[in-house]
Amino acid sequence: MPRAGERRSPEELARNFAEAPPLGPSEALFEASRCLYCFDAPCTRACPTGIDVPRFIRQLLHRDEIGAAKTILGANIFGGSCARACPTEVLCEGACVDRLLSGGPIPIGRLQRLACDSAEGVSFFEPGPPTGKKVAIVGAGPAGLSCAHELRRLGHDVTVFEGRSLPGGLDTHGVAAYKLSTDFVLAEIERICAIGIDLRLNHPVTPAGLRELLNEFDSVFLGIGLGRTLPLGIEGEDLAGVWESLDFIDQTRVRPFEECEVGREVIVIGGGNTAIDVATAARRLGAEKVTIAYRRDEASMPAFAFEYDLAKGDGVRFEWFAAPLRIVGEDGAARGVEFARTRLDESGQLQMIPESNFILPADMVVKALGQGPLVEWLEALPGLEHRAGRIVAEATTGATSIAGLFAGGDCLRKGGEVVDAVQDGKVAAKGIDARLKARMGRASDSQ
Amino acid sequence: MPDLSVEFRGVKAPNPFWLASAPPTNSEYQVRRAFDAGWGGAVWKTLGFEPIVNVSSRYGAIDFEGRKVVGLNNIELITDRTLDVNLAEIARVKKAHPKHALFVSLMVESRREAWHEIVKRTQDAGADGIELNFGCPHGMSERGMGSAVGQVPEYARMITGWAKEVATVPVMVKLTPNVADVTAIGRAAVEGGADALSLINTINSVMGVDLETLAPKPSVGGYGSHGGYCGPAVKPIALNMVSSLAKDPRVGVPISGIGGIETWQDAAEFLLLGAGSVQVCTAVMHRGFRIVDGLIDGLSGWMRSKGFGRIGDFAGKSVPRLKPWGELDLNYKVVAEIDQAKCIHCGLCYVACEDGCHQSIRWEREPAQVGIRPGVGDGSLNVFTIEQDSCVGCNMCSLVCPVEGCIAMKPVDRGLAPMSWNQYQAMLAEERVAKIEPPGHA
Ligand SMILES: Cc1cc2nc3c(=O)[nH]c(=O)nc-3n(C[C@H](O)[C@H](O)[C@H](O)COP(=O)(O)OP(=O)(O)OC[C@H]3O[C@@H](n4cnc5c(N)ncnc54)[C@H](O)[C@@H]3O)c2cc1C
Ligand SMILES: Cc1cc2nc3c(=O)[nH]c(=O)nc-3n(C[C@H](O)[C@H](O)[C@H](O)COP(=O)(O)O)c2cc1C
Ligand code: SF4
Repeated sequence: MPRAGERRSPEELARNFAEAPPLGPSEALFEASRCLYCFDAPCTRACPTGIDVPRFIRQLLHRDEIGAAKTILGANIFGGSCARACPTEVLCEGACVDRLLSGGPIPIGRLQRLACDSAEGVSFFEPGPPTGKKVAIVGAGPAGLSCAHELRRLGHDVTVFEGRSLPGGLDTHGVAAYKLSTDFVLAEIERICAIGIDLRLNHPVTPAGLRELLNEFDSVFLGIGLGRTLPLGIEGEDLAGVWESLDFIDQTRVRPFEECEVGREVIVIGGGNTAIDVATAARRLGAEKVTIAYRRDEASMPAFAFEYDLAKGDGVRFEWFAAPLRIVGEDGAARGVEFARTRLDESGQLQMIPESNFILPADMVVKALGQGPLVEWLEALPGLEHRAGRIVAEATTGATSIAGLFAGGDCLRKGGEVVDAVQDGKVAAKGIDARLKARMGRASDSQ
Repeated sequence: MPDLSVEFRGVKAPNPFWLASAPPTNSEYQVRRAFDAGWGGAVWKTLGFEPIVNVSSRYGAIDFEGRKVVGLNNIELITDRTLDVNLAEIARVKKAHPKHALFVSLMVESRREAWHEIVKRTQDAGADGIELNFGCPHGMSERGMGSAVGQVPEYARMITGWAKEVATVPVMVKLTPNVADVTAIGRAAVEGGADALSLINTINSVMGVDLETLAPKPSVGGYGSHGGYCGPAVKPIALNMVSSLAKDPRVGVPISGIGGIETWQDAAEFLLLGAGSVQVCTAVMHRGFRIVDGLIDGLSGWMRSKGFGRIGDFAGKSVPRLKPWGELDLNYKVVAEIDQAKCIHCGLCYVACEDGCHQSIRWEREPAQVGIRPGVGDGSLNVFTIEQDSCVGCNMCSLVCPVEGCIAMKPVDRGLAPMSWNQYQAMLAEERVAKIEPPGHA
């Protein structure tokens, strides 16, 4: 597979993946002055972590950037990542009443980024008074690290076990490179861990290992996310040039852009935000023609409208009503995809149209159907309740059906964001803390 | 097109928009450009016998949450150019612009001969009128001039008298707001023979402190001094003073209104409250002479819509509407009403009423269909309604509401005859009325 560096200079690639410019000081003050400082603000209610948005914007307006950062990070320790990665249009900014007043929301995400960036060297949080309790966290994604940080603030000892060589989960390996740079994420995680989190990388935990952790530690939090990209289940998936979306994006996060592999003609199969991320990344790496093929129509596409607009702006093409039948190969390498045309019948059911097959040429095919659950792993834990591949946990505490085992993040849900995982981590930390404090209380009662 | 021309104590001007004595009227170059731009008159930057020496820096400003210069302060003195140069320029301006009103502001030491000399030389140069600067609150006042004169009625009367002894053109006295009772000074000036009054000059002020260096603002090498405050923020103070002089039967001379005029509405308000012309400084220092276009167009448009053909048709019309508090009707009642169709659900009315007023707004979370849209964050929409039984009609909610026309204050007919506090007191004494109970929430 050709490398991006064969077609694009390193400078061009860096430009293509550069994050949006930050708000300048005057721009920030202007935007902050537009904020109405709503009471019981809808933006705050729309934020899964409940950041007090009007408060931090007012702090920015009154030139207390550090105070603003503290407001944000106190609610969301991944405030810097979220400022860049959150789909704000459907979260805080979607709820902003300035949309009604002046037609556009306050750019909350960009203001949040400014606040967090201005406080880069400042440490706000201290470990709580030691409780002598130990908690193990499995998975150093946003859920695991948010839980770990919160538990440290509450005074518990925390050890995080991460299977991969870099922390951050999909914040490091999944989120589009133009939104979030890996350097940024790793620096943010270093600041998070500075509160005294024992982070053990290259340390995958097996189901048997988990049982040991449950014995050894006072509580365990599972923040293991989801599994590999779902297979298409068609002929040719093992051909060279057929990629999984997560692997394709991962290379843009962990390799220099010029060393990333990319085809000339790329077909992306799927219709969600991941498909968009893959397609825009492929275009920015220099692919000549990138097509997103989706079984249904434009209106049914699950990707956010603003992500769709971005892809169109990047020159990505769309093939609607196209169901993949097989990947066509030659000499062991992908050469194209054969599709059947689909249509919706009167009842809205998707049907394949007979004898409508067509082949789109491609030297790279990326499967972006979404991630599958870690079913085997979950099934190896007797007594763990899970449903449709997702762990079942109590909404207010994160407690699973196994005593002492808590969970949060993508492993609980389908289609979550970083900010949801962060909130789950916080909720579970409170749940764990309550459990440990209750046990400490009982222990001291019985003395 | 309504007629905007004015005749101010015999001095004619194409419109009531004049420049106040300040940096924009410092020189021939500036005043001629201002007249060309459309200003109807100007008061030349205050003259003295000797040019003064200024410090640097000189100005400080208040910005408010994104708006620049809502208040301006200066520690500048009167003209820093020689009297001869100024008078020669004044003569040339008057020649080139005979139809514009040109007053000249003066300030010299408190000596009869000094005032005689400067008044004579100024009118000889062709000034249409003279303005006595009894207002400058800094620098000059320490030297026994400016507000040092304007704060003592006897001095104001005496010096006005000196000027009048030789004046052949109208003498206008510019008053300082830095007094407990501006009417006392206004009356004294009139007793001294003043043909007109102008106000306000700037208000004593310290603009702030630089939190980095701890130096006051504006700073002169790390030190500051109190200075004169002006700009949009001072307008209400000026309106009160102008109208109280306009109401005073012992004053009875034309008033040129000054202080915070930025818009045509500001100007119209000054005219309604008793001014015969208006003077502008900060707005021009901020945005230049060109703002006069908007002032002329705006005022003309409003006059047309109100059916006023000339300035005299409305000047002073709102003065009788200002009364002592004791004459206001206690039985008149308004209550707030929120137009739910316009409400954007920001909750600003609620928090204002709840924390600062009378706890008269109801807040309910109405379930909204799941999803996020403006105002809906967590599946609910905040809905605010006025509890009109306990609303005292203070206006606060309607003042803070960011949506044009969303909260209205509606009169309610309580079926009671008007009764002022003064009448109430009299009727109470005669036991003709029951005591008014405190509002329900108290
Ligand atoms: C392609 C893509 C793009 C995305 N873009 C965005 C975006 O723009 N904005 C946004 O907000 N969200 C985005 N998301 C979603 C977001 O990244 C996730 O919701 C979030 O990272 C979930 O956090 P988590 O901690 O639950 O799981 P993960 O981030 O998946 O982290 C799980 C961690 O657990 C580790 N782990 C798993 N099993 C084990 C084990 N047995 N032992 C030890 N460690 C283990 C993993 O290595 C990983 O580090 C995107 C997701 C994808 C797939
Ligand atoms: C920098 C500056 C210098 C001023 N100099 C004088 C002056 O020399 N003589 C005077 O009578 N008023 C002077 N003033 C006061 C103005 O004429 C005017 O009364 C005051 O600024 C209020 O009007 P405004 O709000 O439109 O600025 C000065 C004001 C400023 C800002
Ligand atoms: S007018 Fe005053 S008392 Fe009445 S609802 Fe509004 S804020 Fe409350």
